[in-house]
Amino acid sequence: MDRRAFLSLTRKTDVPELHLAEGVRGILSGLTPYSGPWTNAEVAHLLKRTMFGAAKADIDYFRSMSTSQAVDALLNISAAAQPLPLKDYDNDDIPADDGDFPVPMWSTWINTVSKDGNANAKRMQSLKSWWIGQMVNQDRTITEKLILFWHNHFATESNEYNRGRFGYTHYLLLRQFALGNFKQFTRAITLDKAMLRYLNGYLNSAGAPDENYARELQELFTLGKENNPNYTEPDVFSAARVLTGWQINFDTEVVTFNINRHDKNNKVFSSFFGGTTIAGRADASAGDTELDDLLNMIFAKNIEVSEFIVRKIYRWFCYYTIDTDTETNVIKPLAQLFRDGNWEIKPVLSALFKSEHFFDVLNYGALIKSPIDSVVGMCREFNVQFPLASNNEQSYLCWSMMRNFAYVMQQNLFDPPGVSGWPAYYQAPQFHEMWINSDTLPKRTGFFDFLTYNGFTAGGFTMILDPVAFAKSLPSPGDPNALINDSLTMMYRVPISDQSKQTIKKQILLTNQDQDYYWTNAWNSYVGNPADTTAYETVYNRLRSLYRYLMNLAEYQLV
Amino acid sequence: MKRRAFVRNTIPAALTLPGLFNGLSVKAFTDQHPLVQALLGSTTDTDKVLVLIQLNGGNDGLNTVIPIDLYGNYFNARQNIAIPLNKVLTLNGTAKTGIHPSMAGFQSLFNEGKMNIVQSVGYPTPSFSHFRATDIWMSGSDADQIVTNGWMGRYLNQEFPGYPEVYPNTQMPDPLAIQIGSISSLALQGPVTNMGISISDPSRFYDFLDGVEDPVPDTRWGKELKYIRQIGKQTEKYTALIKAAAAKVPTQGSYPSNDLGNELKIVARLIKGGLKTRVYMVSTGGFDTHASQTNNGDTVTGNHANLLYKLSSAVKAFMDDLKGLGVDDRVMGMTFSEFGRRIKSNASFGTDHGAAAPLFVFGKHVRPGVTGNSPAIPASPGLNDNVVYQYDFRSVYASLLSQWFCVKGTDLQTIMLKNFQDIPLAVNAACGTTGLDDVIRPDSEQLILNYPNPFVETTTITFKTKGGHTLVQVMDTLGRVVKTLVDKTFAPGSHSVSFDSHALPRGVYYARLQNGGIQQVRPMLKTR
Repeated sequence: MDRRAFLSLTRKTDVPELHLAEGVRGILSGLTPYSGPWTNAEVAHLLKRTMFGAAKADIDYFRSMSTSQAVDALLNISAAAQPLPLKDYDNDDIPADDGDFPVPMWSTWINTVSKDGNANAKRMQSLKSWWIGQMVNQDRTITEKLILFWHNHFATESNEYNRGRFGYTHYLLLRQFALGNFKQFTRAITLDKAMLRYLNGYLNSAGAPDENYARELQELFTLGKENNPNYTEPDVFSAARVLTGWQINFDTEVVTFNINRHDKNNKVFSSFFGGTTIAGRADASAGDTELDDLLNMIFAKNIEVSEFIVRKIYRWFCYYTIDTDTETNVIKPLAQLFRDGNWEIKPVLSALFKSEHFFDVLNYGALIKSPIDSVVGMCREFNVQFPLASNNEQSYLCWSMMRNFAYVMQQNLFDPPGVSGWPAYYQAPQFHEMWINSDTLPKRTGFFDFLTYNGFTAGGFTMILDPVAFAKSLPSPGDPNALINDSLTMMYRVPISDQSKQTIKKQILLTNQDQDYYWTNAWNSYVGNPADTTAYETVYNRLRSLYRYLMNLAEYQLV
Repeated sequence: MKRRAFVRNTIPAALTLPGLFNGLSVKAFTDQHPLVQALLGSTTDTDKVLVLIQLNGGNDGLNTVIPIDLYGNYFNARQNIAIPLNKVLTLNGTAKTGIHPSMAGFQSLFNEGKMNIVQSVGYPTPSFSHFRATDIWMSGSDADQIVTNGWMGRYLNQEFPGYPEVYPNTQMPDPLAIQIGSISSLALQGPVTNMGISISDPSRFYDFLDGVEDPVPDTRWGKELKYIRQIGKQTEKYTALIKAAAAKVPTQGSYPSNDLGNELKIVARLIKGGLKTRVYMVSTGGFDTHASQTNNGDTVTGNHANLLYKLSSAVKAFMDDLKGLGVDDRVMGMTFSEFGRRIKSNASFGTDHGAAAPLFVFGKHVRPGVTGNSPAIPASPGLNDNVVYQYDFRSVYASLLSQWFCVKGTDLQTIMLKNFQDIPLAVNAACGTTGLDDVIRPDSEQLILNYPNPFVETTTITFKTKGGHTLVQVMDTLGRVVKTLVDKTFAPGSHSVSFDSHALPRGVYYARLQNGGIQQVRPMLKTR
């Protein structure tokens, strides 16, 4: 298929109509490694899906590799040392006897237990800002976007657990396993403080079994609720009994197993699990042993688990509707790979990102950006300058501002609306469209306008989009046609018509003149004398209008 | 399948609203909201409308408004494109000024007392760059000053503080400004946000009214794009208002079928439809007539004639339509272009970028006539000689704001960035302006003279002031102010000041007197 022809909107008449699913043309390609063109368009597609935004320097970097090399490079957890989350708040409303009180501002709070609600709420706000900072400063790997994926999958709400240190260790756990072994990951999450607290695992005892985690472990984290047959209500209860006895010492914030609270009887499961019996134990390692038994039993339903997780990956990185061709050509083989690889995550992602299916032009632009992707991606793509890393105060103010914008667009980091994660990733039939409504869409464009026109002032530093610097980074900014085309390649994954480009060029870059050289002269006049403020303002005004306009079209919401 | 325009710049896509930083929903605000309450009372209650017509490219003023009284010099300066004297359209009440033969519409508007021609509008030290000059006109800045918002944006921001968060509301239920044919004009840029909404072109406006949607492909992204656009339309606070206003006006007068006519037709429809929108901006291009401005051998035909016909016929149709619709009392309009063109024509039957040029103010309540004198034209102009400005373009803006929108005092100075002279242009009883001209300007009276003339080094300039603020500047032929001789308040009477031209090259200079609404320019010749 001629990719350019498609991208220029030429309809292919030889595509069989029977592959329409819900009015959308199906994608026939599968997991065969992609070997087509490797230009800015393809690289940007890969980066926008696996990182936050596709920055010019990143596109250039990965374009010099092969597709396969690029995916291999992306599929690593960043090895760089991470800064620690810092106390970006004062001691107002924090009791003097709380562990947080003596921590100086701009030191890290992670080494001190705090039990005060106000202090922990402040810790969580700083942790949220800090994570935005990690995303902004991401290296050239999938790390941060994948952590966000797993945060959505193993969802917890800091509003519930309200311990800064729980949030931080939860993040580190997600990071540790993001590209690791899913089964081990699930085990670690089961005993994670944030999760134990969030889904009441710490209250689960022989005398008062709590089904909360046992249910979500099966329904949301491994098996899904769509199988037929599936786990039963008695299975939920039995699993809850397996998981009894785990506690959190809230003074030391250490997880312990208390055999006295553990249900030492045998646990019997339904025919869905082959009538498995997990033997009750009474020794100090009973909790660990029975947990392993439980996970072995669940992961023995390997088709259900593998397909459930692969579908979730697909919905996050590709598209929410899985038509029958995609099910056959992508989901099933990836699930097989997942099982064959004994639950290793990396080979699954590798096969997907290297596939013809992933690079199929029909897949381009199909994702609606999440709020975090909108906010962080826009700043990275336009190379918006942040304060010096050494200036903690300014840095946290900027990150906090972005966190708040994502929040009002309905994505509050560390606080998804429920244990199912954000509705955009599970709520049929709308899925990703849930992000966009008449309240959130103006807030998205409002953020773009804000950073394009006003900028954000943080303690003497102004964070503002520099349209001139961005244009300057493109190959031929003096040619208005090339400038628009190159900008669109960076910004949009879907085409716009030549007529629209001409209109945009004439009305914005040429100030309604007809000759391209008016722009070229204005640009050259600026480049020839960068200190001339008049020449600068002339190009600045027009470029600002250009990018604001492009960011406000519906196309910019798609990646 | 042949696809047409893919991106629809319909109103929803072109309008952009800054989000609320604190997370409050726009919808949460009602008229009872304290912020809205706090804002009540700040806005002038008026139904007046101003229509700005931008002529992109730099309109040749000398072939638009022809100086009959200086016809010899005019003809000499541009023989290959000069309009023959017997073809110039004459204007009632003045023998000194006529207009281009293709502007019959303007001729009848003028003769009906619905037009004012303001001569030689410009500013000191003009820019000859389209972009920079446009930015100067849009922002209302000095030539050497960078202002990143627009004069109209500042006005609307003054009138409607807090836009767009608490708008629309009962006090201002409609868009503050509507722009047709361009995107995010600098003129409408306020200190914080753009105060206007854009309708990108007339054909799409009708698609928008009819609910016509651009098709999207049957792909994943096509589905999502369609969805986002739909939400965008629901989001657009003003969509329903504009549609409803347009729907109230099923029939209109006839318009010439050109871009400007189409744009003004929409403006008339929305005004009649009851929108309280204060400002409309339309634009039309092609005025950059470096070559083939006129046909060879028939100077009353050609590109410029077509452009002026378009302007004149569209505005005339607009005015007739407004009258037919019964809303002509509410509307004032004005044309502007980023610069005029050179006095001397070039060999390609065209003219190159110039400086000051006339502009037209029109409306039922205009103060009719010709403001100012024909521009001075040297007997043998050089290639770079330009029309020197008599009226600062910001004086025109300030006068319209004060006389039509009742903006006064410090507000006016804040918007215009400094104090500009008041030129009698509009009558709006609500603002206390009347049709009576309080400026006595006998045609023959010379208010500024110099002696000796020609002069070698020094000449004495004598000027007559009616009192109040008086400004005397000396400019060169490029329009640059080389000296400001007087800039203060005087008692009524005649005064003299000496002009020392030491270190200035020989040639023509202009002494310009500005005293309240009065304006005169006196050519002077420095010789050996």
